[in-house]
Amino acid sequence: MSILHVEDIGIAFGGVKAVDHVTFHVEKGEVFSIIGPNGAGKTTLFNLMSGVYRPKFGKVLLSGEDVTGREPQELARRGMSRTFQNLQVFFRMTARENVMVGRHLLEKRGLFAHLFALPATARQNRESAEAADRFLDRVGLAAYADMPASAMPYGALKRLEIARALAAQPSVLLLDEPAAGCNPVETEEIERLVRSIADEGVTVVLVEHDMKMVMRISNRIHVLEFGRTLAQGTSAEIRANPKVIEAYLGTHGSKEASVACR
Amino acid sequence: MAEFLQFCASGLTVGAVYALVALGFTIIYNASDVVNFAQGEFVMIGGMTTVFATAAGVPMPLAILIAIAAAMIIGLLLHRLAIEPARGASPVTLIIITIGASIFLRGLAAIVFDKQFHSLPAFSGDTPVLFGGAAILPQSFWVIGGALVIVVLLWTFFNRTLTGKAILATAANRLAARLVGVNTSFVIGLSFVLSAAIGAIAGILVTPITLTSYDVGTLLALKGFAAAMLGGMGNPIGAILGGLLVGLLEAFGAGYLSSTYKDAVAFIVILAVLFVMPGGLLGRASVERV
Amino acid sequence: MMRRLMSNRLAVPAILSLLVVGLFFVMPSSFYLRVAALVWISALAVIGLNLLMGYAGQVSLGHAGFFGVGAYSVAILPAQFGLHPLVSLIVGALAAALLAFLVGRPILKLKGHYLAVATLGFGILVFMVIGNEAWLTGGPDGMPVPRLVLGDWRVRGGEAWYWITGALMVVGSWIAVNLVASPTGRALRALHDSEVAARVVGVDVARYKLIVFVISAVYASVAGSTLALVNGFITPDAAGFLHSIQLVTMVVLGGMGSVLGSVVGAAVLIVLPQVLTAFHDYEHLLLGFLMMAFMILLRAGIVPSLSAAFAGRRA
Repeated sequence: MSILHVEDIGIAFGGVKAVDHVTFHVEKGEVFSIIGPNGAGKTTLFNLMSGVYRPKFGKVLLSGEDVTGREPQELARRGMSRTFQNLQVFFRMTARENVMVGRHLLEKRGLFAHLFALPATARQNRESAEAADRFLDRVGLAAYADMPASAMPYGALKRLEIARALAAQPSVLLLDEPAAGCNPVETEEIERLVRSIADEGVTVVLVEHDMKMVMRISNRIHVLEFGRTLAQGTSAEIRANPKVIEAYLGTHGSKEASVACR
Repeated sequence: MAEFLQFCASGLTVGAVYALVALGFTIIYNASDVVNFAQGEFVMIGGMTTVFATAAGVPMPLAILIAIAAAMIIGLLLHRLAIEPARGASPVTLIIITIGASIFLRGLAAIVFDKQFHSLPAFSGDTPVLFGGAAILPQSFWVIGGALVIVVLLWTFFNRTLTGKAILATAANRLAARLVGVNTSFVIGLSFVLSAAIGAIAGILVTPITLTSYDVGTLLALKGFAAAMLGGMGNPIGAILGGLLVGLLEAFGAGYLSSTYKDAVAFIVILAVLFVMPGGLLGRASVERV
Repeated sequence: MMRRLMSNRLAVPAILSLLVVGLFFVMPSSFYLRVAALVWISALAVIGLNLLMGYAGQVSLGHAGFFGVGAYSVAILPAQFGLHPLVSLIVGALAAALLAFLVGRPILKLKGHYLAVATLGFGILVFMVIGNEAWLTGGPDGMPVPRLVLGDWRVRGGEAWYWITGALMVVGSWIAVNLVASPTGRALRALHDSEVAARVVGVDVARYKLIVFVISAVYASVAGSTLALVNGFITPDAAGFLHSIQLVTMVVLGGMGSVLGSVVGAAVLIVLPQVLTAFHDYEHLLLGFLMMAFMILLRAGIVPSLSAAFAGRRA
C-alpha cells in the first residue's frame, strides 16, 4: 500500500485552476519529486497535501486513511511534516527553540505543570532541548543553537526548517524547494541530507528547481504544467520525455537540453 | 410606519457621520496601514472651531472654512510630527501613537476651547419636514446630503485626478508606487489632510443636532472604526455601508428595543457578521500564501 | 555573568520581588504606597494581557471587560449571596475564564484589526450590562465593596495592600515566565510568528489561542477583584473601553513580550497622571504628548528598546 495517495485532486483560485485532476502515489521510503515550470502548481499541491488548503475535489490518503480536508495539525499527528518555500520560521525565537517547537506533539503538554513550573516541565524542556540540539547538529546548525532566527543567514534558515520538520519525527516529509537560493556547496549538503533522511526510511516528497539534484536523488518524478500532470516516471524516463523538455525549454531548446542533460 | 420612517431618518443621519469617520479611517489605512484613532478628534475640531469662530463674530460660512482648514493643518502636523518620525514601527506602536495624539488633541481642545457642550444653529431652521408621518429635521438633510456630496467628490478625486490615482496606487502597492515615481510620503500626508477635512465637515454638519464638546471624538472613533471593520477594512464602499448600518442599527435598537442598549445592538450585529464573514461585509476572502 | 542572570527564567520575578521590597523602604507616605499598590494591580492585568498580545500576538481591546467581571464579583457576590470576598474573587476568576472560553472560540478565529473590533465589541457589551443592570450593579454610580477580612485581620491601609498586591504581582510574573518557558509558551510564541508553520508541526492553533485568552482573562479578573477590594468601591469605568485601551497601551509602552515591560508600562501610565495632576488643565495634553514621544523614541517599548540599546553599547 502506498503511504501517500493523491487522487484526482484539484483547486481553483478565482476561476484559475491552480491544480487540476492530479493523481499519484508515493511509496514508503522513496524520494518522490514534483517538478514543473514556475506557476505549475507545485506549492499549491503541497498546500493541498498538507491540509493548508482544502481541495475543491479529489482525495488525499495518508497510510490508507482518507485525510482530505483535515487540518495540518491533524496530519502532523498522523506523521506528516513539511517545510515552506517562502520561509516560515519563528523569527522571534532562537534556532534551538524553533526546533523545540517541532517536538510539540512528542512533548508532555500539561498546562498546570507548565504554569507552576513543576519538575516535569523542566525535565520536558531539557529533553526537547537535547533533541533539538541533535537535529540542529544533523543539519549542520549546531553553532547557531542560541542565535535568534532573525539573525541567521538565509541558507541556514532553510536548513532550520528541515531540522524543525525532522524534529517531529515524521513518516512523510514534504520539502518545498529546500535548495532554493543556496550556493552549490550548500545545495550539495542539502542533497546529502535529503538522501540520509530517505535512507532512514522517511518518505520524502520534494519540490525543487535544481534539476541536477532532482535527477540524482529521486526514485520517481512527477511533472506538472499549468496545474496538470505532464509526465511521471524515473529520472531517466523524465529526462528522455520530449514533452517535459519542451515544457521547460520550448521546442527550440529541446535539442540543446537533451545534450546538456546527458 | 411613521415610527419606522422616523428611526430611518435619525439612523441615516447618525450613520452618515459614522460613514464619514469610517471613510477617514479607510483613506489613511489604505495609504499607510495606520489605524488612526485620532480620527474622531477631527470631527470634534470641526464642530468646536466653528462654534468658537462664530461666537467670536466670524460669519458662519467663513467660520466653517476656518474650521476645515484648522483640521487639515492638524492632520498634516499629525502626520509630519508623529507618524512620519515613527515610519517602520509596528502597526500596534503606530496605533498607540494615534491614541496618544487623540488624548493630546482632546487636552488641547479643553485648553483652547472649554469643557462645555456647544451647539450651532441649524443651517436652514428647526422646522421639521413632515414625511409620511415622520418629522425630519432639516439639518438631517444637510448631514446626509453633505455626506453624499463628499462621497461623490472623493470618487471623482480618486478616479479622475492624477493625485487621486497616486493615492490609489500607493494603497495597492507602496513599493511599486515608489518605483514609478510616486512620492509616497506626500501621499500619506495627503491622506491625513483629506481624512481630517472629511472628519471636520462631518463634525460641522452634525453639531446642530448632536451638540459637540472637547471629548466627543473617542466615541465617534470607536463607532467609525467598528463601521469600517463591519464593511471590510480598506474598502471605501464598505466603510460607507458599515457606517450607515451602524447608525440604523442604533436607531432601531434604541427605538424598538431599549435606548440604554442601543450600542449593544450595533456591536452584537457586528460580532455576528464577523463570525460569518471574518473579512467584513465587502472584505475579500484572503488565501494564505505559503 | 549579567547575561547568565538575565537568561535565567527566574530573574524577572526575582527583580520584581526586590523592587517591591526595596520600594517599600523609600516610600515617604501611605499615599505613595497606595499609588504603588495601584501599579502592582495594573501590572498584574498587563502581564496577563501581554501573554496574549506580546507572546501569542493576539490583540484584545476588550480586556477591561474581564477586569470588570472580577471587580463586580467581589462587590456583588458578598452582597447577594454572603460569599467571602476571597471566595468571590475565585468565583469571579472562574466566571471570567468561562466567559473567555465561550467568547474566545468564535472571536479568536478573527485576525488583526477584525479581532480588535470583535474584542472591542465584547468589552462594550460587558460594560453596558454593568452600567445598565442597576438592580445588581448599582448602575453608573457604582457600588460599595465589603472590606476583606482574613480571620481576625481586617485588611486596610496602604501598607497592608502594598504587600498583598505586590505579592500577587510577583506571583503573576512567576507564573507568566513559567508559561513562556514551557512547551505551551513555545507553541504560543510560534503561532505568533507563523500560524501555518506551527500547525504543520502539530500545534492546535485555535486551542492554544483559547488557552492564552482564558489565562489572560483570569489575570485581568483577579486584578479587577483586587482593585475593588483595595478601593472599597467600584464603578463601571473599570470595565470601560478607555480602561481596555489603557491596558493595551501599558503593554505596548512597556514592551510587547516582556514581563518586566508590563510592570514598567503599568508604572508609567499609573504614576504619570498622578504627577501630571500638578499641571491641572495641561494634564491630558502632556500625557498624550509623552505617549507619542515614548512610542516614537522607544518604538519596541521601554524595556526591550532600552535593553537593546544597553546590549549594543556593551558589544
